[in-house]
Amino acid sequence: MRASLFITCYNDTLFPETGRAAVRLLERLGVTLDFHPKQTCCGQMHANTGFRSEAYAQANRFVRMYQDAEAVVIPSSSCVAMVRDQYPGLMQELGTPKLQEQFRSLLPRVYELSEFITDKLGIEDVGAYFPHTVTYHASCHGLRGLHVGDRPMRLLSKVKGLELIPLENVDRCCGFGGTFSIKNAEVSSAMLSGKLRDVLSTRAEYCTALDNSCLMHIGGALHREFAGTRTVHIAQILASTDATSAEGVA
Amino acid sequence: MSQVILDPRVAPPFPKAALPVLRNPQLRKNVAHATDVIQAKRARLVAEKTDWQELRTAAASIKDEALANLDGYLQQFEERCVAAGGVVHWAWDAAEARRIIIDILREEQASDVIKIKTMTSGEIELNPALAAAGIEAIETDLAELILQLGQDEPSHIVVPALHVSRSQVREIFARKMGLENLSDDPQTLAAAARTFLRKKFLSVPTAISGANFLVAETGSVAVVESEGNGRMCLTLPRTLITLAGIEKVIPRFKDLEVMLQILARSATGERMNPYTSVWSGVAPGDGPQKFHVVLLDNGRSAILGKHTERQTLRCIRCAACLNTCPVYRQTGGHAYGSVYGGPIGAILTPQLQRLEHAQSLPYASSLCGACYEVCPVKINIPEILIELRAQVVNKERKKVARFADPMYLGMRAANWFFTDSRRFRFAQKWARIGLRLFTGKDGWIHSLPSLGAKWTMTRDLRGLPQQTFREWWAEQPKEGR
Repeated sequence: MRASLFITCYNDTLFPETGRAAVRLLERLGVTLDFHPKQTCCGQMHANTGFRSEAYAQANRFVRMYQDAEAVVIPSSSCVAMVRDQYPGLMQELGTPKLQEQFRSLLPRVYELSEFITDKLGIEDVGAYFPHTVTYHASCHGLRGLHVGDRPMRLLSKVKGLELIPLENVDRCCGFGGTFSIKNAEVSSAMLSGKLRDVLSTRAEYCTALDNSCLMHIGGALHREFAGTRTVHIAQILASTDATSAEGVA
Repeated sequence: MSQVILDPRVAPPFPKAALPVLRNPQLRKNVAHATDVIQAKRARLVAEKTDWQELRTAAASIKDEALANLDGYLQQFEERCVAAGGVVHWAWDAAEARRIIIDILREEQASDVIKIKTMTSGEIELNPALAAAGIEAIETDLAELILQLGQDEPSHIVVPALHVSRSQVREIFARKMGLENLSDDPQTLAAAARTFLRKKFLSVPTAISGANFLVAETGSVAVVESEGNGRMCLTLPRTLITLAGIEKVIPRFKDLEVMLQILARSATGERMNPYTSVWSGVAPGDGPQKFHVVLLDNGRSAILGKHTERQTLRCIRCAACLNTCPVYRQTGGHAYGSVYGGPIGAILTPQLQRLEHAQSLPYASSLCGACYEVCPVKINIPEILIELRAQVVNKERKKVARFADPMYLGMRAANWFFTDSRRFRFAQKWARIGLRLFTGKDGWIHSLPSLGAKWTMTRDLRGLPQQTFREWWAEQPKEGR
């Protein structure tokens, strides 16, 4: 099985350990990976802020770049939701017939990481070892955009040593919302404060999710408050084994 | 008491209007508590319907069918309503609707008028116009009465006084009704309101109502409510005026079967709402003998012509999107600067204003999608929010003032970096160097200038790592790949 890793702009820049974990994890599961060196961003930030032609320029690059990929794996549910929910409209409005055709053919080959492991590889026990208490935050785009359902929980529940603690109001947004966290910083912070309350009441050591964007938001506030609980992307938990502790979280 | 402005033309932008609420613990507690209660009831009653998704689909297609042939169905409604003894008026905008209503009331020589279930009258700012014409408007919905007496404004589509606590209601009633020793026991408060309102029901001969549905097939109007005060308003007066947006029409009487099921469950978490009034024109010797319907456009036909935004007109004002919205949960309804708050208000108000006002509302959402999930008529609110954002940007980016605006500048720059990987690598490198200035000894950023300050106001940011993923990848041995 070959797959192309779209690491996303902010993972590349801010959270490279998530990308490295995705590589270790998928190679351990027998996937041959490549990384297109010209990749940058899926265009989500521009699309969600209203900069449509810019978003299209990035979508256009994405579609052309991956048209020959056997599978594209993305460790971020909101970037996958961008491709599934917003690319069709952008392609229809601004794309050439050729690009639209390329997009239609590419779309079924684009996977969020947990979808790829459970659906495409058909694996739930990835052989991970992570001896910690963990709570799972359901990112909005994974939950309501991709309908990933219990896939991440199925993967986490098979991790040796991991004790999963349910999160109250697990389906409620943490208040990140991309530029929303800047444009409506106060309201966003009020939403975040409720999420922190729920996360901290689990007394878990780690809060995990499919998206580093939510985790950057939650983790940024946990750090500000010297709260002790830390955030870690699900790829890093699934990559960690007896032999290697989860990189960047030890 | 009220500094609340529900006029989108003059209301402050959403982030600013939200601040007083965020700093008001009582208000936030009221909103969170009330929405939790309604949401839990709704969830229970939706879960017991095994065909809920089919019902949603059916409701959406009934509204879509009506909207696709709106002119025809409205004419059919008019024809049937007139045949049954009603009078139908067409109002292009708020001013025309106000004029029509005031003319009718003047002809009736009305000095006062009782009102029920008409948010649309808030949209057209009817009450101040009535007052200016020397006509006193009396709200008879319990919540609306509380707000009117307290000189407050509605903050929720279904539960307008959701932000007011019981002890606040007691204080308002005691002061305005002259009942010094009133307790805050709900039954006592309801009894006080009843005594107050009964006098009005029995003495005021003119009434104004809204409409939940207009039935084209029969020329009927349907109003649903919980208190029975609506029934009083709709049956006791001599003259009844119903104000309805043109999107309220549904094709057939039997469509009510679907609409009433989803409305009650979505709005109040009830299997069936307590009072459903459906009437057609005038029944001689029974109920109002003069009946007027004012059909209001006020920006709706412009929405109708737009592919994505058209869904907005499916809305049946159930407020399920407000109750589930994590933003509304923090801010309540007043921050939206319009009678229509929450996610639906964030898309409806800017459109009714043709984006000349309320430009901050499409951004008043984290795009979490909870609203779309609960919407009984499947309005894809996030999709419309994004569409409206694009329209705002297209309008604003042409303005000279926006050239140096940090948000617009940043977005243009980001796109320049994102469309070429060499430029992107360059940006990554310089961001790493530049952010070092702000990175503390612990490796985290605690304070940033300009727009970044909005982030570091409440959150830290981990400093940029020494190596990007792509740099790491380039160092890896290539065999086997």
